[in-house]
Amino acid sequence: MNEIWRMIGQRLLLGVLTLFIISVVIFGATELLPGDLARELLGQSATEETLAALREQLGLNDPAPLRYWNWLAGVLQGDFGMSMATQKPISELVGARLGNTLFLALYAAALAVPFALLLGVLAALWRNSIFDRASNALALTAISFPEFFVAYTLILWLAQSGLFPSMVRITGSTTTGEMLYMAFLPALTLTLVVTAHMMRMTRAAIINLLASPYIEMARLKGMSPMRVVLRHAVPNALAPIINVVALNLAYLITGVVVIEVVFVYPGLGQLMIDAVSNRDIAVVQAITLIFASAYVLLNLLADVLSTITNPRLMHRK
Amino acid sequence: MENTRLLTIKGLKIEGRSGDAWHEIIKGVDLTLHKGEVLGLIGESGAGKSTLGLAAMGFARDGCRISGGTIDFDGIDLRTASETRRRGLRGKRIAYVAQSAAASFNPAHKLIDQYCEAPVVHGVMPRKTAEDDAVDLYRRMRLPNPDAIGFRYPHQVSGGQLQRAMTAMAMSCRPDLIIFDEPTTALDVTTQIEVMAAIRDIVRQFGTAAIYITHDLAVVAQMADRIKVLLRGDEVEEADTRSMLAAPREDYTRSLWAVRSFARAEHPSATGIPVASVGNVTAGYGAVDVLKNISFDIHAGRTVAVVGESGSGKSTTARVITGLLPPREGEVLFNGKALPASFKARSRDELRQCQMIYQMADTALNPKLRLRELIGRPAAMYLGLKGKALDSRIRDLLALIELEPDKYIDRLPSELSGGQKQRIGIARALAAEPQLIICDEVTSALDQIVQEGILKLLDRLQNEFNLAYMFITHDLATVKAIADEVVVMQHGAVVERGAKAEIFADPKEDYTRLLLSSVPEMDPDWLNRLLVARSGLTPND
Amino acid sequence: MIILISIIVGLALFFMIGVSARSALQAVAPAHHKPTFRDMPLTASFGLAVILFYIFVAVFAPLIAPYGESEVLGAQFLPWASPHYLGTDKLGRDMLTGLIYGARNTVGIAFATTALAFFVGSFLGLWAALVGGWLDQSLSRFVDALMAIPALIFSLLLLTIFGTSVLTLILVIAAVDATRVYRLARSVAQGIVVMDYIEAARLRGEGMWRLIRREILPNAMAPLVAEFGLRFCFVFLAISALSFLGLGIKPPTADWGSMVRENATLITFGDITPLLPAGAIALLTVAVNFVVDWQLHRASGLKE
Repeated sequence: MNEIWRMIGQRLLLGVLTLFIISVVIFGATELLPGDLARELLGQSATEETLAALREQLGLNDPAPLRYWNWLAGVLQGDFGMSMATQKPISELVGARLGNTLFLALYAAALAVPFALLLGVLAALWRNSIFDRASNALALTAISFPEFFVAYTLILWLAQSGLFPSMVRITGSTTTGEMLYMAFLPALTLTLVVTAHMMRMTRAAIINLLASPYIEMARLKGMSPMRVVLRHAVPNALAPIINVVALNLAYLITGVVVIEVVFVYPGLGQLMIDAVSNRDIAVVQAITLIFASAYVLLNLLADVLSTITNPRLMHRK
Repeated sequence: MENTRLLTIKGLKIEGRSGDAWHEIIKGVDLTLHKGEVLGLIGESGAGKSTLGLAAMGFARDGCRISGGTIDFDGIDLRTASETRRRGLRGKRIAYVAQSAAASFNPAHKLIDQYCEAPVVHGVMPRKTAEDDAVDLYRRMRLPNPDAIGFRYPHQVSGGQLQRAMTAMAMSCRPDLIIFDEPTTALDVTTQIEVMAAIRDIVRQFGTAAIYITHDLAVVAQMADRIKVLLRGDEVEEADTRSMLAAPREDYTRSLWAVRSFARAEHPSATGIPVASVGNVTAGYGAVDVLKNISFDIHAGRTVAVVGESGSGKSTTARVITGLLPPREGEVLFNGKALPASFKARSRDELRQCQMIYQMADTALNPKLRLRELIGRPAAMYLGLKGKALDSRIRDLLALIELEPDKYIDRLPSELSGGQKQRIGIARALAAEPQLIICDEVTSALDQIVQEGILKLLDRLQNEFNLAYMFITHDLATVKAIADEVVVMQHGAVVERGAKAEIFADPKEDYTRLLLSSVPEMDPDWLNRLLVARSGLTPND
Repeated sequence: MIILISIIVGLALFFMIGVSARSALQAVAPAHHKPTFRDMPLTASFGLAVILFYIFVAVFAPLIAPYGESEVLGAQFLPWASPHYLGTDKLGRDMLTGLIYGARNTVGIAFATTALAFFVGSFLGLWAALVGGWLDQSLSRFVDALMAIPALIFSLLLLTIFGTSVLTLILVIAAVDATRVYRLARSVAQGIVVMDYIEAARLRGEGMWRLIRREILPNAMAPLVAEFGLRFCFVFLAISALSFLGLGIKPPTADWGSMVRENATLITFGDITPLLPAGAIALLTVAVNFVVDWQLHRASGLKE
């Protein structure tokens, strides 16, 4: 068991290290900015005084490592600095929207994960059947569609007839039920896109596993197909499936950006696009860091879970 | 006799799919097995042994289908019976032991859980009884620590022990028939003996009928009452073991027998400076020493066979000589001159002098290059041949390895048979005009008849070009056939070395004796005699 | 009802195009390749046909298009009627012309980006795998860290910094995508580097360049070509998504992603015009994916 804790410890350390490198990359990227940030922000017509004032306000006169340190220290306390475009603290802008984006992502995940795993397992069990071929071709098609194509098609079909709203307006008094109703189309769009990926990967993982000699052995011991799958395949399939789910949830995180714009959903994605258009770099940095952290954490979780479910690691020699 | 018949297969045809087309793997084979009888199925790769063995369970692998004939198991027609009915037989009345126990045990469950599965699910006995029974069978299979071994996971148990645990598992429902599919092929010779003895004992104790599949004649001679020879999905002949060994009827069977009789005359003993000389070499990866203070010489025109089981350090020795693994201590001399430790520091001429032939011709030849470039490259690179001269050199080399130049020169490796690929490996080594060729298990992956051809070719080339060979192998029959000197290795050290005749006639070390005596011989009584002779010793793993 | 009819019409078209493309290819193919095309699934022949059609349109765009690329012709949002068969957009440009030029611009830019990403990524990947050691380790750790930032998000960050011109777009997306190509090329090459024939070539004293060119690359081609197809899809979708978000290719360059964005409001009136450029994107990606899937399937089938 100690071995396991050590491995998990290693993974956690590696995760922290990755996050650190990411933060350096994100911060360092602004250093690549051609020219002067203050001038970029204020434009060519700015006077020297206003430029100097802004440099002072942004701390641009400090050396880069010091600025990085101040930025990181702030981030760790939940303070991302000020938004240039709106002159508001970034944590305030991000706060409410982070919740909305998480809600949408979880909503889509709740729909997509069970659906995709079921389809993937069935396709693997009935491989080369009509069901398998059709679902494969469909999945391939769905993967190939740009998110906005799926989104507008759904709007045309489902919102035109008035079944669901094509825009999401969230106010303080919006109840969870209303949220579920309003966010249905964006969640469905995300689900369709992610399910296809997840289903194909699940199918591949299971087929890979079913080719193992120990599965043949179980069949030759006269075990029923159900028992072969549940008792012999599933315990070994956990790690690959966990990885498939994690990978796709991570994909889902980036998928929200386009979807939020289409449905005017007040989430981080929208905020980010606005910030990019305004070149509001502090906000973009903050959101990039949040998305990247979510991605790293998901992979870390998957890593730890698949370590725990691996008998070879659980029971050392 | 009718009432003792257990399995009757008539006119069995099995097809395999490649792409969208089906081709026959088994082309109408008959097979009869009586209760308590052991039938050996023998043949080379692609003979359809495993497919036939699985068909005896009414089972066809994915991508295969049984397309004709009948399979009658104790009055039940396995072809027409429902899948449920067949499932009820599998594991209960017909059991299976696979070649690789390490891959065939489910890594997620303890051995004893996998043992108990069949008896409990088939309703033969309750879990508690099955557990006690498992311990009993583990003891009978002479597994160490039978009370506790079942509570370990497969990856915690060694290969030879796993194979015995798998045989015990097959026995769990006391089946009428067990299919053994090459159960000892993946094991070292010294381990193989123990597994063979344990399997034979248990099958006799319970009077279980068995189909024993193998490519090794000597092994099947110990295990089977009757032998059936298969060739490309067809039966060649069938007879009881003793009469087949004494007087095989068919040419093909005789050719299988004859392979083992190849032996070349020993070359005159060594004089002068050795071509290569390994001097007190200690080497390893990381902190582990894989080789411990190894020394031996190789002389021109002679073959030194380096023998040992897996993990003995044979291939690592080759890596030290070629310079892939610089030694920690010691050095390699070439014609009396020290070679730079790493191949990167060696001159082109030093690299040319020592060539290598690999075990798997499939991975040793770049699949995307034509023979012209494969063989021509060393000649062009080392000897500076170009244009016409190069072309005629390539043709000469192809003729040397007995491949028709015009037909083969522009082929890809994938358009050759296994034996032909190995010949290309030889030609590539020859193209450099070396003094020393290292042959790393060059015949292990080949069928016996093909092996013989390769050995003869190597012998002829040695005489023609006065080559020195370092011949790495685990197969003592090959050593007997081709070696002048033998170096026996175990756990990274040289146990014994000397002239072939001396080593085989009068081994000085215990391990050499154990190794030599463990090689199965083509005599049905060999295992009995050996076990009696060793009865003073307790088997350990 | 309309949905049902469109699905049926779509399937019928799919089969028609698939079957006729397959027989056409079989007729044109040289003798020893005929079986390859005979056994190809309908999805693949359909995909090939679509790809060829797109290439044709892209190459001959100025000849096919009824108007100039950014010609403003009058009223905005005209309905589908002659002479503007697909109507006009929000600036009064011909939709059909936009679509045709989009094939040239969007696909061309995506192709250039993929090629760049591929060249850089696969060279570094092969090199790292062959050399190994600290070079491989440090390069791979760095790429791993970069890959922990989701591709679209990372692109957005870089675009914020470097601004949004077509050139920066190509460079940014290529840089982000090269990390993915690097990963694949490295793992493919690692599988090859352990082969005995590479060891034999090293022991023969072959230089680095020859090892990559003659020994590794020919064996890595099949997976790399398939990956090129997949990468193209990703790049194409990423560029379209950025254009759709207003951060990619911008007017007056005709481009499918920005065409969707500019005409999106029509959707709320039940007009399917904005779906046309989106559909054009979808169709090409589907086609490429179908062909790649077939190739991958063939490669795995041949291995057995």
